[in-house]
Amino acid sequence: MIRSIARFLPFVALLVLIPFLLPGGRLGSYYLTLLILSLSYAVAALGLTVLLGYSGQISLAQAAFFGIGAYTFSVLAVNHHVGYWSAALAAVVVTTGFGLFLGAISLRLASHYLALVTIGFQIITELVLNNWNAMTGGADGISNIPRPSLFGYAINSDHGFYFISVAVLVLASYVVFRLRHSRLGGALFALREDEIAASANGISLFRTKVLAFAVSAALAAMGGILYASGSLYISPNVFNFYQSVSFFAMALVGGQASIVGTTLGAGLITFLPEVLRFLHAYYIAVYGVLVVVVVLFMPEGLYGLLLRGVGAVTTLVLGRREDGRDEVAYLKSDAVPERPVASDRPLLEIRDLAKHFGGIKAVNGVSLTVNRGDVAVLIGPNGSGKTTVLNVLSGIYTATAGSIVYDGKEITNLGPTRINRLGISRTFQNIRLFPELTALENVAVGHYRRGTVGLAGALLSRPRGYREEREAMEKARETLHFLGFVRLDVKAKNLPYGQQRIVEIARAIVSGPELLLLDEPAAGMNHEETEVLSQILYRIHALGVTMLLIEHDMSFVSSVATRAYVMDFGQKISEGSVKQVLSDPAVMKAYLGDDVEYA
Amino acid sequence: MFSEFIQLTIAGLAVGSIYALIALGFVLIYTSVNVVNFAQGDFAMIGAYFMVSLVVVLHLPWWLALVLAVVATGLVGALFQLLIFQPVRNRPRNFLPVMIATVGASVFLEQAFLLIYGPIPYQLPPIFKADSVAVFGVHVYPQYIVIIVVTAAMVALLNWFLERTKLGKQLQATAQDPDTARLMGIRVAWMAALTFAISTALGGLAGLLIAPVYTVTATMGSSIALKAFAAAIVGGFGSMKGAIVGGLGIGLIETYGATYISGSYRDAFPFIVLILFLIFRPYGLFGEKVSQKV
Repeated sequence: MIRSIARFLPFVALLVLIPFLLPGGRLGSYYLTLLILSLSYAVAALGLTVLLGYSGQISLAQAAFFGIGAYTFSVLAVNHHVGYWSAALAAVVVTTGFGLFLGAISLRLASHYLALVTIGFQIITELVLNNWNAMTGGADGISNIPRPSLFGYAINSDHGFYFISVAVLVLASYVVFRLRHSRLGGALFALREDEIAASANGISLFRTKVLAFAVSAALAAMGGILYASGSLYISPNVFNFYQSVSFFAMALVGGQASIVGTTLGAGLITFLPEVLRFLHAYYIAVYGVLVVVVVLFMPEGLYGLLLRGVGAVTTLVLGRREDGRDEVAYLKSDAVPERPVASDRPLLEIRDLAKHFGGIKAVNGVSLTVNRGDVAVLIGPNGSGKTTVLNVLSGIYTATAGSIVYDGKEITNLGPTRINRLGISRTFQNIRLFPELTALENVAVGHYRRGTVGLAGALLSRPRGYREEREAMEKARETLHFLGFVRLDVKAKNLPYGQQRIVEIARAIVSGPELLLLDEPAAGMNHEETEVLSQILYRIHALGVTMLLIEHDMSFVSSVATRAYVMDFGQKISEGSVKQVLSDPAVMKAYLGDDVEYA
Repeated sequence: MFSEFIQLTIAGLAVGSIYALIALGFVLIYTSVNVVNFAQGDFAMIGAYFMVSLVVVLHLPWWLALVLAVVATGLVGALFQLLIFQPVRNRPRNFLPVMIATVGASVFLEQAFLLIYGPIPYQLPPIFKADSVAVFGVHVYPQYIVIIVVTAAMVALLNWFLERTKLGKQLQATAQDPDTARLMGIRVAWMAALTFAISTALGGLAGLLIAPVYTVTATMGSSIALKAFAAAIVGGFGSMKGAIVGGLGIGLIETYGATYISGSYRDAFPFIVLILFLIFRPYGLFGEKVSQKV
């Protein structure tokens, strides 16, 4: 943690030194003004680092929030003579309120659509700023915006205000940094990578999206206040759609998810017109072309490219570092762990469950009971409704009819987040890991429901926050170790299929669930991998976790399951021990058809 | 009173037709390649400038100039697609980079045409010189009638093309499932180029139709495009019917609002409608809520 913060020190030192490196005279003070502007842009662009880079939400309304912050501050400070810091605080609060509003709308929208909607918000904000003459001064804007005083000293010089701006940027970077490394940071990344998997791991999509928008809006407001106070004058045309695009360009040029990159991007975009000044009339056109080229052909941004270049040079000089390419340390023990005996106390009771998609009755009246300590397996031909049962059970689909009782509580249609929080976790048929996160980070997200620290806790670094973060990481490491997995720092997308399954199982059990739902865990695995998987399931079972799984591999089923249910055409056709159901004529008929002569 | 209402309705439908044409361009590109082209409005500007060159400078007959200008705009659109979309068409999550790139391209196009044609606005003469024409005893500006009639014809033509021709079917197939379309032997890359050409040609048509009412400047497209964009959202982004209904509706609301409520808030009415939709019906009039498959 301390070391990660220390990485930022050279940049902070650079920011503090820059004013002393500027040329003297008018040019120097002009550059200083531009530097102050780029600092204000950088703070607002950091909002996009959170919103776009971390949580993957596309917003083209950042200039609107920037403007709402600047205007609220200026109206209060200039027209109503409110004190500097109170006006600033009020501006952040008001802007955050708008952020909450947009975040709340965003829940109902898919990502592309959300981008369109934020543009609508941007345009409306521009219009209000332009036309609400009584409040905003219309196109004339607001002038004589004050600068702050600190400990009784009025800071009126550009130099003084520059350092205030650096301090605000450092504060903003700290907020973003802390957020990224807290439990909420994990939730934001999970949201970006896979919403369904995020909610199945106890992360509330609504709260997380609203949080991302609120933080982003608050940072935009802080930037807006710096802008207003720095340039002493504001008018609506600064806060238009193109400024929103500029913020975007800053975040993209710098590399979306990087604090330093975004800050450099803000500086670059602000100073680019100066650099291109020699092109005279052509410079805006060239600027447009540069945006196109960078955005389309440098997906990691200039800063990402720079880092990669530095990395390549380092490798060239120092040689390649060992990247820990060990295989899974396969669990090969002859001693089968002692497995608990299934009790007769029911943990999960499904009654007459039905799920219809229009006219298709995917599940049509299924009842089954899973007792504590069971490893129950749901088998049946393809399309018989097994996965649908699991999806309804875990809250991803709502039931058409019927009830689900878990541990004596009615949980029908509760929603995936709530259900996960009650102690039911799951894996998916098509593996839903968070592809850009490492194996370890993936599993740490699974621990989310055990954490309690919110935004305030994360930012104020209460010891409990640090302890929780450490605990989640330790638990994740422990769980992966328990499953014999060692490639902790490899991104999930770069893992082979079988190992992805193991990581997904680790993510599902890291929070210590009582009931584990596995959707075809052995699908696509070779014989050896399936062997390892049975070992893993034995070990999980030995911990006292009750399981319900869907599986086609009958030898695997026979080795792990204590009880089996068979489905066909949305209905349960048989239940009992694996041996019993496999010799049930109804089951054979379902799999093999009518015309088979049974020997 | 009543004749004023008829006049306003015709003016509103005319402006709305312009929004509808540009909104159709947004929707066609969005449904076929899943990106939003923010330079869409600039093609209205390009169409208008081409028309200026052909009519004012070369003195070509109006209808011939119209066809040439629309085709030329479409060709620019195909080239635009080649540079902006083709290079990244297979990259996952390309929505955002392409969208920002189209904004960069929009900045470039506006500046380029400003440099070519200069900052002084051009006036494009209307096809009919008369100041007014009587429709059912009500005097209306003839260019409005031209706009409405040409737009209606264009929408009918587009519909015929998409529903009744083989090429139109190929275009729709590609929009619905490019991979399967490729397996059926459809040239998917060509279809993307064609989609951009059609969409930008519609934009060009909108620009040259409205040019006699406004003036021709390098930035004329951006404010029209934002309202067309609002129209596309109100209609349900992704629905062609929605783009037309949304465009006409926004045009009418803007015109009525400017006359009956407040002239200075003329530009705000479309966006007030937009925000109401965002709050109460974010998927628009004809949009479909898509659910994610697990």
